Amino acid sequence: MSTLHTINKSPFDRNSLDSCLRVISDSDAILFIEDGVYAATAGTSFAKAVKAAANSHSVYVLGPDLSARGMKEDGIVEGVKVVDYEGFVDLVTEYDKVNSWL
Amino acid sequence: MAKKFMFVNRKAPYGTVYALESLEVVLISAAFEQEVALVFMDDGVYQLTKGQQTDGIGMKNFSPTYSALGDYEIKDIYIEKESLEARGLTLDDLQHLVWEDEDEDWAEKDSIHLVSSKELAAVMADQEVVITF
Amino acid sequence: MKLSIQINEGPYQHQAADSAYQFTKAALEKGHEIFRVFFYHDGVNNATRLAIPPQDDRNITQQWTELQKEHELDLVVCIAAAQRRGLLDEDEAKRQGKDANNIAEGFRISGLGQLIEAGIEADRLVVFGD
Repeated sequence: MSTLHTINKSPFDRNSLDSCLRVISDSDAILFIEDGVYAATAGTSFAKAVKAAANSHSVYVLGPDLSARGMKEDGIVEGVKVVDYEGFVDLVTEYDKVNSWL
Repeated sequence: MAKKFMFVNRKAPYGTVYALESLEVVLISAAFEQEVALVFMDDGVYQLTKGQQTDGIGMKNFSPTYSALGDYEIKDIYIEKESLEARGLTLDDLQHLVWEDEDEDWAEKDSIHLVSSKELAAVMADQEVVITF
Repeated sequence: MKLSIQINEGPYQHQAADSAYQFTKAALEKGHEIFRVFFYHDGVNNATRLAIPPQDDRNITQQWTELQKEHELDLVVCIAAAQRRGLLDEDEAKRQGKDANNIAEGFRISGLGQLIEAGIEADRLVVFGD
C-alpha cells in the first residue's frame, strides 16, 4: 500500500521530516503543507535531504502555502513539484492512504 | 471486512492533551472489530514510561489505562527502537503491556514489539487507515 | 471517492482548520463525496456559534455552516472533547444542567465511534492538526 505523507511543520520547528524519512517506503510520496513548505525552499540546511528525498520519492509542496509565506515557486528545491489544493486532493486519491505527520 | 487501522503517537504526555485523547480513540476502536495497531515513536515513547506521578502538577495520571489495552484486544503495539535509544531509554523503562490469548488457554503474551525504523516502515506500509494526533 | 476529514485544532490558533476547509472545498469541487468531517481535540471549537471574528477576515465557523448547507455535509463534533471544552448543543446543555448552549448551525455532537466509522466507510481519511 502506498502512502502520501503530509508534513505541516517547519523542519526547524519539529522533527516530522526526519521521522518521516526514517519510516517512508519506496512507493510513498511527501507533500509539504502549511509551515512545512519551508522545507521545500532552496538554500536551507535541509535542502540536501529534501533533494535526496525527491530523487527517490515524489515530493510535492502546496503552492498556496508557499505564496502565503512569500516564498517563490521558482525558489524551491530541485525536484519538488508544486501543487494546489486540487492537486492535493488528486494526490490523496492517487495514494492508498494518507499519513499526516503532526 | 475489517480494516487495518494504525494510531500513531509521537507526542509526550501531559505537555499536551494528545496522548490522553488519542488513548480514548484507541479504546473506542476496540468496539469496531477492526485490526488495530498502535505506534509509539519520537516523544510518543514517553507516554509509556513507568512511575508517572502527577499529583504535583494537578493533572490526572492516565498511564494506568495503557495496561487495559490488552483487555480490549489492542495487542499490536509497536515501539520504534531508534526513538527509545535516542532518549536513553530501554523497554525496562516502559510499562510491560500484555494480552491474554484465549486460543492458548489465556496465556499471557507481550503486546509490545520493539522494532527498527525499517521494520516499522514495513508495518506502516501495510496499514489502510492512519490516524495521527 | 468517499473522503473523511479529521480536524484536531480550533479556529485561528492553527492553520489546520483552514487547510481542512480548503481541502474539503477542493474535494467537493472535484466531485468527491465527503463522508464525514470529524472535529476532535480543540477542533470542537470550530463549532461555536458565539465567535465574532473581525469583519475583514474569514469567519471559519460560518464557512463550515455554509458548506454544510450547500453540500449536506456531516459535521460531527466529538462529545467527549466537546464536554471538556464547553461546546454544547441544546440537549447536552439540558442534560448537564448548563444554562446555555453554543453549538453553531450545521454541526452535530456525537461519539468517538463516529471517527472510527468515518475511517471504515471512507476510501481515504485525511487528518489536519498541529
